[in-house]
Amino acid sequence: MSNKTLSFFASRWGIVLAGLFIGVFASLLQKMGNPGNMGICVACFERDISGSLGLHRAAVVQYMRPEIIGFVLGSLIAAYMFKEFRSRAGSAPIVRFILGVFAMIGGLVFLGCPWRAILRLAGGDWNAILGLLGLVGGIWIGTLFLRKGYNLGRSQSTYTSVGWLLPLTMLGFLILMIIFPQIPDNEKNGVLFYSMKGPGSMHAPLLISLIVGLAVGFVAQRTRFCTMGAFRDLILFRQGHLFWGVCALLVSAFITNLIFGQFHPGFTKQPVSHTMGLWNFGGMVLAGLAFALAGGCPGRQLFLAGGGDGDSAVFVLGMIVGAGISHNFGLASSPDGVGPYGISAVIIGLLVCLFIGFTMREKTA
Amino acid sequence: MSRIIDARGLSCPQPVIATLNEIKKEQEGEIVVLVDTDTSKENICRAAKTQGWQATNIDAEDAGYRITLAKG
Repeated sequence: MSNKTLSFFASRWGIVLAGLFIGVFASLLQKMGNPGNMGICVACFERDISGSLGLHRAAVVQYMRPEIIGFVLGSLIAAYMFKEFRSRAGSAPIVRFILGVFAMIGGLVFLGCPWRAILRLAGGDWNAILGLLGLVGGIWIGTLFLRKGYNLGRSQSTYTSVGWLLPLTMLGFLILMIIFPQIPDNEKNGVLFYSMKGPGSMHAPLLISLIVGLAVGFVAQRTRFCTMGAFRDLILFRQGHLFWGVCALLVSAFITNLIFGQFHPGFTKQPVSHTMGLWNFGGMVLAGLAFALAGGCPGRQLFLAGGGDGDSAVFVLGMIVGAGISHNFGLASSPDGVGPYGISAVIIGLLVCLFIGFTMREKTA
Repeated sequence: MSRIIDARGLSCPQPVIATLNEIKKEQEGEIVVLVDTDTSKENICRAAKTQGWQATNIDAEDAGYRITLAKG
C-alpha cells in the first residue's frame, strides 16, 4: 500500500470520513430493520450475541449480530492488507476481563455503549445527554489515574495463532448462523436462540449487516476510530484528532435520521431507553471509567482484537460474559427503568474500577 | 546521546504519555522512542508535532519502529 494511502487514513480527513461512514450506515441499518437508535451498538449487539448463545435467557435480546462478526473480521483483513497484524498478549488479561464485565454492566444500566449514546442523541433521545455526560465523567476519572502512572503492564509478542483466536471465534459464530438460521416463529434453531419479539427480533438482513460490519471494521482499523479515546485525548492531551471522528458520526447520523424520518426529539417513549437520569449518568460513568482503564471503547477493542491483540480479545469476552451476568441477575435496565440490582452493581463496579486504578501503577521510566 | 523511551508492548495512551513527559523534561534535542505498533507510531508523531517536535527518522526495527524526534 502506498504511503499516501497510509497517511490519508491517519489524517484528520481519514478519521472524519470514518465517523461519517459509521453514522450514515448505522442509520441505514436502522432503516433496514435494526432497533431504534441502535443501528450499531457494540454493547447491545454483544449482549444479543450472549443471548443467542444462551448465556442469558432474556428472550427479547437474543440474536447473533453479524455486525460484530464483521467488525472483527474487517479489522483482521485491514490489518493483513496493510501488514499490521501483530499477535500480542499478556498485559494483565484478568484485569481486562473484569473491566469488560463491568463495562457491559454499566452500559446495560444506561442501555448502550458510547456509539449508541451518540446515535441516541442523533435520533433525538435526550436521555442520551446524561449518558454522554456520565461517559465523559468516567473517562475523566480514568485520565486522573493515567496521569498518576496507571498502567496494566506490557504485552508480549506471541504465536500468530493467539491473535487469530477471537477472529476464528467470530467466524465460528457466522458458521453457526448459516448452519442454524432463524426459522420464523421459532425461538431456537440448534444451538442458537432467536428473539421472536423485542429488540433482538429486529435486524437488517444478515448479508447487509455482515457487509456493513466488514466495511466498518476495515475503516475503523485503519483510522483507529475510538469514541473513548476521543474524549480521553481531549482531556489528557488537549488533542482533538479522534474527537473529529465522533463529531462526524453524530452529524452524519443526525442528517441521515432526518432524511429517513428517524429523528424524534424528546425524553419519553424513546426506543430501548429509560428516563432515570441519575442512572443513565451513573451507568455510563462506570462504563467510561472501565473503557478508559482498558484503553479503548468497545468498538476499538473489537478492532484491536481483529489486529491480533489478545488482551483486547479478553476484554471482548468479558463484555459478552458481563451481558450474561447482567441479564441473569437483574442488573440490566429495561424501558421501565433500572433492574432490581442495577444500582448496587454500578456502585460495586465503580469500587472495583477504583481499586484497579489506585493499585495498578508501574513505573515505566 | 539521545534519551531512549521503550514504549514497546504498552497499550494506548501510555506511549504518548511517556513521550510527552520526556518532551517536557528535555525542552529540545533528540529523543528516540521504540514502539511496536503502527498506531503508537502515528500517535507519537502526531503528539510530538503539537509540541513543536518533528519525527526526523522512522526506522523499522524488531517488528516495530525506532522513531527519532528532534527539536532545536
